[in-house]
Formats: sequence, C-alpha cells, structure tokens
Amino acid sequence: MIAVYLVLLIPLAGIVFFALGGHRADRGKLNVRFNAICLLATIWLAVNVLNQGTILSDNKAFLIDPFNVYLIVLTAFVGLTTSIFSGPYMAHEKDLGKLTDNRLKLYYSMYQGFMLAMYLVLTTNNMGIMWVAMEGATLATVMLVSLYRTPESIEAAWKYFILCGVGIAQALFGTILLYYAAMQIGDGESSLLWSVLYENASKLNPEILEIAFVFMLVGYGTKIGLVPLHNWLPDAHSEGPTPMSAVLSGLLLNDALYAVVRNKMLVDGASHSHIAGYLMMGFGLLSFLVGALFLHRQKDIKRLFSYSSIEHMGMMTFAFGIGGPMATFAALLHMTVHSLTKSAIFVTVGHASQLAGTQSIDKIRGLIKTQPKVGWGLLIGTLAIAGFPPFGVFTSEFLVLLATMHSYPWLAPLLLLGIGIAFAGLFRHIQPMVYGDKPEGQQPVKANLWPVIIHLGLVLWLGLAIPEFLANWFSQATLLISGSTPL
Amino acid sequence: MNLEQTDFYTQAILSMAALVGLTSFLMLGQGRLLRLIFVFAVQGFLLTLTTVLAAYSLNNPHLYISALLTLVLKVIFIPWMLRREVLLMNTHRDVQALANKTVVMLGGASLMVFSYYVLHPIVQTTSPVMLNALAVSLSVVLLGMLLMISHRQAVAHVVGFMSIENGLFFAAIVATKGMPMVVELGVAFDVLVAAVLFGIFFLHIRTSIDSLDVDLLNKLNEVDK
Amino acid sequence: MNWLIAILQTSLFVVLAPLLAGWLKMCKCHLQNRKAPSLLQPYRDLLKLTHKQPVVSEQASWLFIAAPYLIFSATVLAASVVPLIAVNLPTSASADVIVMVGFFAFARFFLALAGLDIGTAFGGMGSSREMTISSLAEPAMLMAIFTLTMTASTTNLSGAIAHVLNEGLILRPSFVFALFALILVAIAETGRIPVDNPATHLELTMIHEAMILEYSGRHLALIEWASQLKLMLYGVLIANIFFPWGISETFGAKDLGYGLLAILGKLALLAIFLAIAETLVAKMRLFRVQEYLSFAYLLGLLGMLSHIILEASR
Repeated sequence: MIAVYLVLLIPLAGIVFFALGGHRADRGKLNVRFNAICLLATIWLAVNVLNQGTILSDNKAFLIDPFNVYLIVLTAFVGLTTSIFSGPYMAHEKDLGKLTDNRLKLYYSMYQGFMLAMYLVLTTNNMGIMWVAMEGATLATVMLVSLYRTPESIEAAWKYFILCGVGIAQALFGTILLYYAAMQIGDGESSLLWSVLYENASKLNPEILEIAFVFMLVGYGTKIGLVPLHNWLPDAHSEGPTPMSAVLSGLLLNDALYAVVRNKMLVDGASHSHIAGYLMMGFGLLSFLVGALFLHRQKDIKRLFSYSSIEHMGMMTFAFGIGGPMATFAALLHMTVHSLTKSAIFVTVGHASQLAGTQSIDKIRGLIKTQPKVGWGLLIGTLAIAGFPPFGVFTSEFLVLLATMHSYPWLAPLLLLGIGIAFAGLFRHIQPMVYGDKPEGQQPVKANLWPVIIHLGLVLWLGLAIPEFLANWFSQATLLISGSTPL
Repeated sequence: MNLEQTDFYTQAILSMAALVGLTSFLMLGQGRLLRLIFVFAVQGFLLTLTTVLAAYSLNNPHLYISALLTLVLKVIFIPWMLRREVLLMNTHRDVQALANKTVVMLGGASLMVFSYYVLHPIVQTTSPVMLNALAVSLSVVLLGMLLMISHRQAVAHVVGFMSIENGLFFAAIVATKGMPMVVELGVAFDVLVAAVLFGIFFLHIRTSIDSLDVDLLNKLNEVDK
Repeated sequence: MNWLIAILQTSLFVVLAPLLAGWLKMCKCHLQNRKAPSLLQPYRDLLKLTHKQPVVSEQASWLFIAAPYLIFSATVLAASVVPLIAVNLPTSASADVIVMVGFFAFARFFLALAGLDIGTAFGGMGSSREMTISSLAEPAMLMAIFTLTMTASTTNLSGAIAHVLNEGLILRPSFVFALFALILVAIAETGRIPVDNPATHLELTMIHEAMILEYSGRHLALIEWASQLKLMLYGVLIANIFFPWGISETFGAKDLGYGLLAILGKLALLAIFLAIAETLVAKMRLFRVQEYLSFAYLLGLLGMLSHIILEASR
C-alpha cells in the first residue's frame, strides 16, 4: 500500500521542487530522476499486485486492480522515457531563444503536476476524485501548450482550455447523476467509491445510469479526442512543446478512455441494453474514420500524428464498445502499444522538426541523408503505428478486426477501409520526409534516441510474444470488464 | 406533485431553481460585459443561498463550507477579477451586438425543454422535485455553453464556463445533498485554479492580439487559407 | 350594500389616483435632490385645467372631443373590475381580467384615433408608436396574467386573489416570473422610464405626450386623470395579486379600513421602488423597446412553462 502513496507523493514533491528550484542547470536530469524513482515505485506496486491480486487501501481511497496496474506502470514508463528526451530537447529550445528560464521552471513543475494528475486518475477509487484529477490534468497542461507564447500557441491553449473544460463539465454532471443513483440504494460518503458501486451495480437504477453514461462519454470523450469533440487535440499537440505532445498522446488520452471504461463497467452491471457499448462503438468508429481521412490533409507533422492518435483512440473506443472478451483484450493491448509507439514517434518528430527548423511537412526533407538515426526512427515508428507486422499494433488491430468479424461482420469492411486510408495518409507524407533530397545546409542535431529504441523494441516484443504476467493482467482485466476471459 | 402539499424547503428550492435559470437567461441576453458579470455574481449569490438553505434544512454542516467557498469564489473573487479585466481593457462601454438575439433566446428556451426531455426517465424513480432541480441545472449548463457560442469576448466565455460550473454545483447541492466533502473541495480547488489560469490567459491574449475578442483567435485551421 | 361598497371602491380609485401620482413625483424629486411640489399638486393641476377654456382645432372631428370622455370612462370601468380594498364584490364578479385588458385596449384605441384625428405630425407619430408598443406589451401581459389564472383556475381577478390569499404563503417559481413580467409590462404600458418619459415634451422621444399634444382644458384634464388612474391600476394589480395580504374578505367597516390602509401602504412602497428605478435607469432608444418587451414576454412564457412543468399536478 505504501507504494501507492509513494507513486503519488513523488510527483507532488516534484511539483514543489521544480517550482522552487527549477532554475538549476541540471533540472532536466533531475526530472529524469524523479520519474525514474516513480517508475521504481510503480514496479514495486505492480509486483505487489502480482503477488496479492487486487489491492484496496484501508480507507478505500485507492484501488489497484489488474485493469489499472499496467496502465500505472505504462504511465511511469512513458513519463520516464519522455523526460529523458525532454531534457536535451528543452535545453535546445532554450538555446534557440524560444524559451526563458522561468518558463522552463514552469515546464518542469507542471510536467510533474501532469504526472501526478495521471497517477491520481488511475489509482483513485472515488469517481469524484477521478473527475477532479482529470480536470487537474487539463489545468496542468494548459500552460504548457502555450509555453512558447506565440499567438498560435495561445490560441491552441485557449481552445484546449475552453473545450476540455466545458467538455469535462459534462462528465461532472454524469458523476453527479451517478452519485444520485447511488444515493438511492444507500447514501453516505462511500457511495461514490467505484468498488462499492461495482458491487451494487445491479441494484443501481439503469435509466439514470444510462443518462449518466452519455454525459460521461461526452465529457471524458472530449479528452479522448472523439470526433466531433476533437478540435482541441491537433492544435494542442502541434503548438505545445514536443515532449508534451508525447505525454498527451501517450498518457492523457489513455487515461480518459480508462475513465470511460470504468463507467461503462458500472452501466453494464446495471442495465442490459448494451447502450453504452453501442454509443462507444458509434463514436469510436466515427473518430476512427474521420481521423484516418484527415491524415491526408495535414501540413504540419505534429498535427499529422495527432490525427493518427484520434484514429487509434477511436479504434480502442470502438473495441471497448464491442465488449466481448477478445475485443476487450485487443483494446487493452492496443492502449499499451499505441501509447508506446506514439510517444516514440513524437520523440523522433521532435528531433526531425528541430533538425529542419520547422514543423511543416513540406519543408522537412531528407531525414535519412542528414541524420539516419532520426530518419529510420521515424520510418520504423510510422510502420509500427500503421499496423505493420510484426509490431504489436498489428497484433491488436488484427484482434480488433477478428472480434468485429465475429460480432458485427458488416462493420469489418469499414474498419479495414479505415486502416487502409490511414496507412496511405501516413505514408504519402512520411515517404518524402524520410527519403527526399536533403536541403542545403541541414545539420544533424544532438539527439538521444534511446527512448525511441526502447519503445519500439517493446512494441516489437509485444507483437511477437506477450510476456506471461502481462497476458495474465490483460486477461484478468478482460474478465473484469467483459465478464469472461479471452483465453 | 402539488406544490401546496410540499414542505417549505421544496418550495424554496424550486423557486431558487427558477431564479437560477432566470439568471442564466439574463446572461444569455446580455450584451454589456459589466452587467453580464454582475448577473453572474447574482447567480453565484443565489447558489450560496441555496446551499445555506440546504445546509440548514438537511442539517448538513459541511454544506456551510461549500456555501462559504461559493461565496468567496463565485460572488467575490471571480467577478472581481473579470471586472478588473474589463475595466483594464476599457471594454466596459462596448455594447456587443449579439448576432441574433431572438434566435439565441429561443434556442435557450428550447435547450431548457430539451433538458427536461433528456432527464424525463428519472421521474419514474424519484420525486418530480428532483427532476426539476436536475433539469434546471442541466439547462443552466447548456445555456452556459450557448452563452459561450453566442458571445465573442473572452470575458463572456469565462462567465459561460463558470456558469456551467454553477449549474453543476446546483445539481450537486439539490439532487444529492452535496457531493462527498473531499470531492467538493477538489472541485472548488479546480475552479480556483481555472480562475487564476483564466486571469493569466487574459494577459497572454491581450499581449498577443491586443484585444479580448476571441474571434481574432483564428490562426489555427484545418484548411490553409 | 355590496354595490355601495363596489361604487365606493371605484370612486376611491378615481380619487386616489392623482394622489399616487403626486407621491411618486415627490419621491422622485427627493431622490434627485430637487424641491418637491406639494402632494396635492396633481389635484390642483387637474382643477386648473378644468377651469380653462379648451381649444379645439378647426380640423378636429367629433371624435376628438368625444375621445377624452370615452377614455376616462373606459379606464374607470376597468378600475371597477380590480379589487382595491375588498374581494368578492359584485362588480368584479361580473367581469374578469380579460375584460379589463379589453377596456384598456378600448381606451388606447380611441386615444390613438384622437392622436391621428387632427392630422399633425406628432399625433400620428405618437399613435403609431403607442400601437407598436402595446401590440408587443399585450401578449406579455396576458401571458403573465394567464400564469396566475392557471394557478387559481379562474380568470376572475377577485377569485384569483382570494385563492392566493387562502393558500397562505407558498413560494411559486411561476409567480416570480409573472411578477417580473408584469412589472416590465406595467412600466411600458403606463409610459414610464425607460420606455417613455412622462415629464418630457422632447419631440423625438415622446410617445404618450405626442398623442395628447393638441388637447387642452378639461379634455386634457380627463386624459391626464385617466393615465394616472392607469398607473394606479397597474400598481394595485401587482400589489394585490402577488402580495394580497391585508385585503378585506368581508364587508365590515373595520376590515375595509384595514384593507384601505394596507393598499395605501403597498402602493406607497411600490411608488418608492418605481421612483428609485426611474432615477437610476436612463430612457432607452425606441428601437430597443421591442427587445425589452420581448424579454417581458419571455419571462411570462417562462412563468407559464414553470407553472406547467414545476407546479401542475401529475
């Protein structure tokens, strides 16, 4: 249990530390250290869960079960590798004169703040606190999106703030409705605890829960980036600093989806109409297709990959919506591999755009000739995210397809079509960037590609063989979410 | 439900619901920023009254804390901050021409009907009073959104944003007798931080586009011009 | 006996109306740091006007001369419907609130015709403005009144007031809306700030004054009196429907006395509020009046909706 508190206290200490001492020269390394310690704590937590099964803290404030434990470790891991990348990257941005010392201080402090919010979303047992933490994540990142203080970045941040703030307000209304339903079967402060709600789910009023779920889906769906609530996402990704894009895509979207799935479990327990599933399938499929189509029109490399994030989040939402054991398993796997791959891609994109001095796709050319590491990293990352075998994304997408063919065969062609469109959309932009002629005077930059190599290596590993403990967690989580195991 | 048969608390809550809904409509039709902020403060004050009423009638002391938080945040701090911003930007004399006031007002009325429609299934399980309270708060939320859509000033957007919070708060107080204390404190903290961030944002927007008209924030587009 | 009280009540209306106008003017003067005329000044004005020789234009038809009498008597008839000090009087039983609105419309019709009759520019302008405003104000007023009558299940004013009185203190959201709507309509209909300014003859802004610009002598006195009566009527409506306490339900002398005292107190208070509002608010442009009145209509509509949704029994 101490591990949970550690996981939360380390980033809290990080906020305070960087707020006070963020002007130190070695702040980048210190940030890595904070995240590394946190990763160790989460691994300790994971080992605990592995040995004891689900942990519920004594005051019932925290709940760690197979569903969230791997997400916690994943969060810490992506947080760590991104921080490894962000140290030199941000130092370089400062050398270019885009940032001041004070803003870097804010950046590091809020990086930790964002991590804290993410851990809190995942570990808390209280649906109200989950909302508070989710809103906290917006508040922590909104100043980071506008870190460069250009008119565009301020516009992006304002959009992000307003849209996510208004969106997430809907989720609070859903939470209030949920609490209202819970009060009817016995009130008290504990009625908003997920563990209590889950036990009594069958007694909850299905009508109220269904209405509540619609609000939750709209609210948290804004954060997932579901179409038509996705407008903030490409802007925030393209205008914020690249490490921020990596953690937004890799972690925030996942956690918002996590919140939706937690609520879906309650609704499924209370009502048998599968309305939650249909809603998620509809929104998911729409986001998937729209995201795939919009890939073709992009002119900015970070916007390109943020639309790819929308597409993949749509697919996961769709898979969770189908709800069968295989689809759920696939969605859980996809959450993991997408988060790993996408953060790796954003790291290489960051290097590529520093190299070319712009984010415009038309201006980035000849990456392999200038700096082979970055070029290959981008190429392999894109291959992985597009769903090429033998990467993990292929496995999970294949499983989603299988599940779709099994339950809703008539939707499978749409899914296949979307994957095809997305593939084409990514490669028509990536190919000239990687292979094209090198512009005059383009120089390699100092780049640390270890995070990319580790991430892509893991994705490759997950594509070839899923380690047994992870498979165990996935199937336990699948059991929890869908009611039966896939294996 | 017969109003004559309900107790005084219910009558008072219903009247409060009606007044809170009315303030939302007033905000929707308001072109002058200072008056908008004033009506917002009035709405916050009504919420405070409702909370005190609920705390007193339900004998729930922790609601007094919520009432105090609402009073400080939404009646004093945020209106003060917004007012200062408006005076600083010298926009308090601007009368903003709403694109089409009648359509906006009618839209508001239909949103109210819509929220009753959405929440109608609830009536089977509970007293109509709760339906009313929830429907009014949902319509306050939706009207806040409409306010943000129909107004162009950043200040008006913040007022809309905060009035959405007001609607949610009203639902929490009336329908569920207040959320658990820890959640309520968390929400209040979020609102406070959001308010401070809005203040910082005003500064940034002002320095970058020299105005608080969010229509000028139009650089990011899907399609290049 | 009952008829006697009814006649007494109506004559009280007629007699007290200038007093209310005087009191209102006094409050306003004090609020604006001016020296106030005597409370009885409106009576003196009316008296003075009746002694004067009325000057009638050569182009005027019989309508111009008949109009003041028609307007005054229609307003008095409307007043007889409204309970001032007691409910359940025979006059109020014979006519309901829609008749009252009808009397108002009748009076307004002749006023507008008289304004047009001579053919001066101001008269026509005033008439057209008056008709514009009243066509917007009337639906709002009826909407507010219907909210009340639906609660009481009767369109009879006296019955509605008795119903509210018998129920005791019940907070009704719909009444709050209806009250605001009725106040807004009353301000528009009686030509007070911010819709019209009764104290000005500034040609561009006047509405009511433009129509009666050609009147003089006893004709003018009657019209002035009628408009004072109308102001009082609206005041009594607001005071007695929403705060009916004090009105007499029996016809004993003591009760009637209390009823009179109560209504005088309520009206005095209401006039103070009106004076404060008129001091604080500036007159708005004519083109914004429709916005103002559509807001009043919206309030009435909301009142009606909240009555149906919040209060009607299921």
